[in-house]
Amino acid sequence: MDMPAKPKKKLGLKERYAVMTRGLGWEPSYQDIDDIFPMDSFEGIKIHDWDAWEDPFRLTMDSYWKYQAEKERKLYAIIDAFAQSNGHLTVSDPRYINTVKMFVNGFAPLEYMSHRGFAHIGRQFRGVGPRVACMMQSLDEMRHAQTQVHAISNYNKYYSGMENFRHHHDYLPYLQVPKSFFEDAATGGPFEFITAIGFSFEYVLTNLVFVPFISGAAYNGDMGAMTFGFSAQSDEARHMTLGLEVIKFMLEQDPDNVPIVQKWLNKWTWRGVRVLTLVAMMQDYMLPKRVMSWAEAWEIYFEENCGALFRDLERYGIVMPPCVEQVRKERDHLSHMAWCQFYQARGTSNFHVWLPSEEDMDWLSQKYPDTFDQYYRPRFEEWRRMEEAGAPFKTTGINMQCQVCQIPMFFTEPGDPTRLAQHHCHHEGEQYHFCSQWCQEIFEDEPEKYIQSAIAGHDVFKGKAMRPEADPTAEDFNPAAEALAFWKLENGRDNGLHYGSQDERNFSMWRGLASSNS
Amino acid sequence: MSEPQSKVFLCLQANDETRGIVEAIRTDNPDAEFDYQPGMVRITNKGTMKVVRETVEEEVGREFDLQELHINIISLSGHVDEDDDVLTLTWNS
Repeated sequence: MDMPAKPKKKLGLKERYAVMTRGLGWEPSYQDIDDIFPMDSFEGIKIHDWDAWEDPFRLTMDSYWKYQAEKERKLYAIIDAFAQSNGHLTVSDPRYINTVKMFVNGFAPLEYMSHRGFAHIGRQFRGVGPRVACMMQSLDEMRHAQTQVHAISNYNKYYSGMENFRHHHDYLPYLQVPKSFFEDAATGGPFEFITAIGFSFEYVLTNLVFVPFISGAAYNGDMGAMTFGFSAQSDEARHMTLGLEVIKFMLEQDPDNVPIVQKWLNKWTWRGVRVLTLVAMMQDYMLPKRVMSWAEAWEIYFEENCGALFRDLERYGIVMPPCVEQVRKERDHLSHMAWCQFYQARGTSNFHVWLPSEEDMDWLSQKYPDTFDQYYRPRFEEWRRMEEAGAPFKTTGINMQCQVCQIPMFFTEPGDPTRLAQHHCHHEGEQYHFCSQWCQEIFEDEPEKYIQSAIAGHDVFKGKAMRPEADPTAEDFNPAAEALAFWKLENGRDNGLHYGSQDERNFSMWRGLASSNS
Repeated sequence: MSEPQSKVFLCLQANDETRGIVEAIRTDNPDAEFDYQPGMVRITNKGTMKVVRETVEEEVGREFDLQELHINIISLSGHVDEDDDVLTLTWNS
């Protein structure tokens, strides 16, 4: 056969997208479609025309592989260079490494959960467009988990607190905050999951994690984290767009969907903001060289960016979630409260903490003129005196955690920074505790779900934080030491104060060796 | 004038590949603001922003597929619409 003289014209982006997504679907003939997709209707979301959903980037599987391969090639070239040139010694200050520890323990496992979640809903949506997009997102999230673990493994060779990241993510009290966020989302229906992750996690949260924080990693000389961060975030741009499109799609399909979507936006805005407590603290206290304060990042990525989104959704009858009022009041307190908590409860974390220096505190007063000097500086100064006297302040007990967000109950009442927030309710004869009215409302909407929360701190008192071989009846049984052993925390090495820690000493020694010949 | 007009944004890695893209955006969106932060540039504009293939091609001196943006994009805000020639970000408010 003769070859045609001119090759056929290439399909345009829109046509290619139609052929490679919807063109791959089919109408089932011998099975009821509701039996094939049993999960996309029970939440009450009504969809009349699945084809109305389109990926605005119109990414098809062939281009997806092409661009993802390119991203991987760039990323691994840099990860190799970082490892080969002792990149861990080029960071600004050894304190920085603690942010990397928090990242691999707190965040990388969420990427994996997200991979699982999107694989699940990619199977459950009956529309072909969202299914293809969810499948790509599922692959992205697997890539993120892998590249983060790979990149950070270069730190794990030299520093503590990372080698048990999977176990720690499951059991350490502070890591239950991000973990419970994802478990809450993954146990919802497919539409709630995609609202939770697409909107709250991707649109609100990752912008604040990856953009100012990873830019901060770059500023602190961490080429590895910068690269995996930006590489992951290049996928997040697509994920945010997917989340936004799905929300718009639900709202446009049926007016009955509006109150359901509003309820999820209210819940997941709050859940997302609570997880951001950790990010706020990383930005204000843990980056030795800072790009911007938490409050500044909040203004750009929440007030401006989410403000724009909610104004855009007003035409469907969506309003800004009511919890945002409280979030605004907490803005100038959040990172300080969190760092105080981590400083005093440092025995149960797998990274090191320190008191802010005079210079750090001056920066904090400048960034937080209404709160820092009045409420937090005196506390740090007192703790400084105690450290200097050789008796650093430390809590010895285990904190009560909120039943929903699982954050220890250290928050103060909005607008009243000297009164601790303590909210309680009763359900079937048991009392439950909450950090706020908003977590309590989430609980009361689905109590049968949240009574099952596994709360790591509380589990110690229930006798669940013990290794199988532990004998609590033994005369010399020490429950605190047993909990540390169960958590796989090596006391004094993995936790505690940064200055004088093994990690700090090693970093200084190795950096000294790297810059001299003796 | 009751409310501020929403801003769309596009964050790109600041590297050799994006230099021409950033210049093209500057040409096609004369009111856009460019904020250079460590490792990245954040470009904001009121209401809408576009990346035009033809302008990028003039800047980089080769054929350019708009989907190549995926490699260096860090974040964005606004509704996306993309075809072979233009990628547009917009807010409807």
